[in-house]
Amino acid sequence: MNTYEIFRLIWWAILGVLLIGLAVMDGFDLGAAMLSPIIGKTDSERRVVINTVGPVWEGNQVWLILGGGAIFAAWPMLYAVAFSGFYFAMLLLLMALILRPVGFKYRSKLQSTAWRNFWDAALFVGGLVPALVYGVAFGNVLQGVPFTFDNFLRISYTGTFLGLFNPFALLCGIISVSMLLMHGGAYVACKTEGEIRARAQCAADIAAICTIILFAMAGVWAAHINFYTVTSFAGTGAPSDMMAKTVSRTAGGLLANYKALPITLAVPAIAFISALFTLLLLRRARRPGLTFITSGLTVAAIIGTAGVSLFPFLLPSSSDPGASLIVWDSSSGLLTLQIMLVATIIFLPLILLYTSWIYYVLRGPVTVAHIESNDHSVY
Amino acid sequence: MDVVALSRLQFGLTALYHFLFVPLTLGLAILLVIMEVVYVSTGRTIWRDMVKFWGVLFGINFVMGVATGITMEFQFGTNWAYYSHYVGDIFGAPLAIEGLMAFFLEATFVGMFFFGWDRLSKVQHLIVTVMVAVGTNLSALWILIANGWMQHPVGAKFSMATMSMQVSDFSAVLMNENAQDKFVHTVAAGYVVGSMFMLSISAMYLLMGKHRAIALRSMTVAASFGLASSLAVVSLGDASGFTIAHDQPMKMAAIEGMWQTEPAPASFNIVGLPDQATHVTRDAIHIPYALGLIATHSTSTPILGIDQLVQQNALRVASGAQAYGALESLRANPNDAAALSIFNAHEPDLGYGLLLKTIDPVVTDATPAQIQQAAWATVPPVATVFWSFRIMVGLGFYFIALFATLFYRACTRRLDTARWLLWLTAFSLPLPWIAAELGWTTAEVGRQPWTIDGVLPTALSVSSVPAMNVAISIAAFVIIYSALFVVEMFLMVRTIRKGPGQVHPAPIFITRSPIVPASQPAE
Repeated sequence: MNTYEIFRLIWWAILGVLLIGLAVMDGFDLGAAMLSPIIGKTDSERRVVINTVGPVWEGNQVWLILGGGAIFAAWPMLYAVAFSGFYFAMLLLLMALILRPVGFKYRSKLQSTAWRNFWDAALFVGGLVPALVYGVAFGNVLQGVPFTFDNFLRISYTGTFLGLFNPFALLCGIISVSMLLMHGGAYVACKTEGEIRARAQCAADIAAICTIILFAMAGVWAAHINFYTVTSFAGTGAPSDMMAKTVSRTAGGLLANYKALPITLAVPAIAFISALFTLLLLRRARRPGLTFITSGLTVAAIIGTAGVSLFPFLLPSSSDPGASLIVWDSSSGLLTLQIMLVATIIFLPLILLYTSWIYYVLRGPVTVAHIESNDHSVY
Repeated sequence: MDVVALSRLQFGLTALYHFLFVPLTLGLAILLVIMEVVYVSTGRTIWRDMVKFWGVLFGINFVMGVATGITMEFQFGTNWAYYSHYVGDIFGAPLAIEGLMAFFLEATFVGMFFFGWDRLSKVQHLIVTVMVAVGTNLSALWILIANGWMQHPVGAKFSMATMSMQVSDFSAVLMNENAQDKFVHTVAAGYVVGSMFMLSISAMYLLMGKHRAIALRSMTVAASFGLASSLAVVSLGDASGFTIAHDQPMKMAAIEGMWQTEPAPASFNIVGLPDQATHVTRDAIHIPYALGLIATHSTSTPILGIDQLVQQNALRVASGAQAYGALESLRANPNDAAALSIFNAHEPDLGYGLLLKTIDPVVTDATPAQIQQAAWATVPPVATVFWSFRIMVGLGFYFIALFATLFYRACTRRLDTARWLLWLTAFSLPLPWIAAELGWTTAEVGRQPWTIDGVLPTALSVSSVPAMNVAISIAAFVIIYSALFVVEMFLMVRTIRKGPGQVHPAPIFITRSPIVPASQPAE
């Protein structure tokens, strides 16, 4: 193994960690935002749900910003192709993400019911759209999207916006929504009591069942997707030139990594087992903290499954498979990867440390009484 | 409009909009720390009420900064894909480190700032506020390191194999003089915005005779902090001028509207009408020697005018065309030794060769007239840069005068004896925003036609997306941003109208104002 190869692998893993961080941390507040109009019957109850994530969503959303920044720095071509290719999907995501912070902050500033209903709707959309778009994006990445490069590596992307919403991608989108609903429900159950907790658990229960069924369906479907195999490339330590390789299409290739290395089957297996555990714990309505952990593990393993299935691809090209982005030919230079790793090693543990402190300070449930007695200082 | 013009329009609009919120966040965060330090060290609850009140306004503003900031990050990928790949290796790193080091810090702790009052001790809460302020300022540092590199791309080398810039010396990127000056200048401008915000609103309260205790204290804090910041912003702006003259002579010449080289020490055009077509600045009023002193800090170094810089650039364009031709051959056949030696000889001018691409797609067969055209394209829109700069500087000196007056009156406890001064302060509210936006305009319009100075032209940096996509997204941004602006202003005004929660009697120890009867009890 050469140094560049090792660093590319490390950054592939970090990419996974950041996406999982996003889904596990920001995912539960997307889920909670979707659930608030469903499990909150009264204004105060909705505020309870919103305030379970109130003090933390802002920090959680940084996982997205960090993910974007890390892709920009470590996988610039992936950033360029995905963001410009998925143009309107990104715009949609962005609009939802703009509504969300504003919705959290502004919703309870006025007493008016119309005002609050409007922002509840905005928060619901702000939770649903990102969850859906993330899943749909993964669904497209798993099938490849149509793009190629000219001699100076200028991208030409030939896909359309509506083309992104193909059946398999939609299935992935729904998996994403249901797993985040499960995770959001598990979180709300941790942070509330009584009636609201029971409803959150009920919602998470339904979402967990959907997640298990849909994830299994996607697995069966994936076995029938024609995927890609790298047939020749410049080397794991060669400079990043996406056009210096050949790739062929193979039937059933999306499962090739599991056949080649059966141990990797552990990843989807963990997804199923932890989802079943989550369901079991929800049914018993005990140990909400543990339930949250198992649902987080489910989310992580589902994303991990997508990552293992794709490797070494980051983004396959369906129109010109040779132009696909793979781990070995679309990273930044070695020096950038090294500098960024140093920064990550220093700051990621710090982030986890102070984030844990925040959750420790905020421990304990949010209650209707608490909301009503702190009308002005909470969301 | 084509995709380049639309992408630029979108970036300009969203950046200027984002930059309405960022400076206030920068300034108020520090002011909150100052007020909370006073609260924690004196234990006087009025200071806690001040932190809470200004904190509410901080929060309404902060959330808009966050919401519009995501747009900025996404936009590099959606609209500037070629740029993202060409320089992601260097430009992406500060953005990612900003997330790791700064934005996580501020965004995580900002929640605790609002929700932590009952759960944290005084000192713990102060630490939270400090972390928010540190985070916002570090965030500005990394963004300006990224921006400084666009203005003055150091520590990087073009790589033929990857068709992108690769970092060669990261410490040069960090220690880029352009970035350092800009960072201090920009955060100080943010402090001026924050100070003016507190001063103007407090002045309105005093004029209405409301919330006197909080208004007077807020004014005292903001006047002192604002005075220091406005002095810093002007003197560091001067340091910035020195750097620009050195690194971006064309920008300097445009700021000055100086078409012809003047013998040293050059005079400074205080006003004038730059004319891009005839290459003269009409009706100019000069200050002798001033520009020479500002730009070179000496009386003997000459400063080049636009015409001379263009002629220098014409040579670079011709040389760049050769580099481009050699690069084409090398992309087809990496072992072409003849092409490699041509490329190595002309590589520093490759960016200038790329400038030809929009004039003559073939590049290598450019006529002398096309080369001249490309060379003249290196001149930014002079009048825009010229006037943005002058209004910004004029406002900068105005802030010093205003803050100095307020500071003097705060020291002598006569802040609210002159109503004209309070009116002036109240009406000055929008001015620092105007100055900040014009500062951005000077820096970024002055950088044209480059995204990365001398390396990558703006016209080539865009994504290969249909112009219609960009037009639709501009429309979407205009709609949602306008709506949010209305909502934001409504909530701001409403919060300001309501004022601080508790009404405190005006204390005597901070003012000798005749409006307050001496019999009024101190708290």
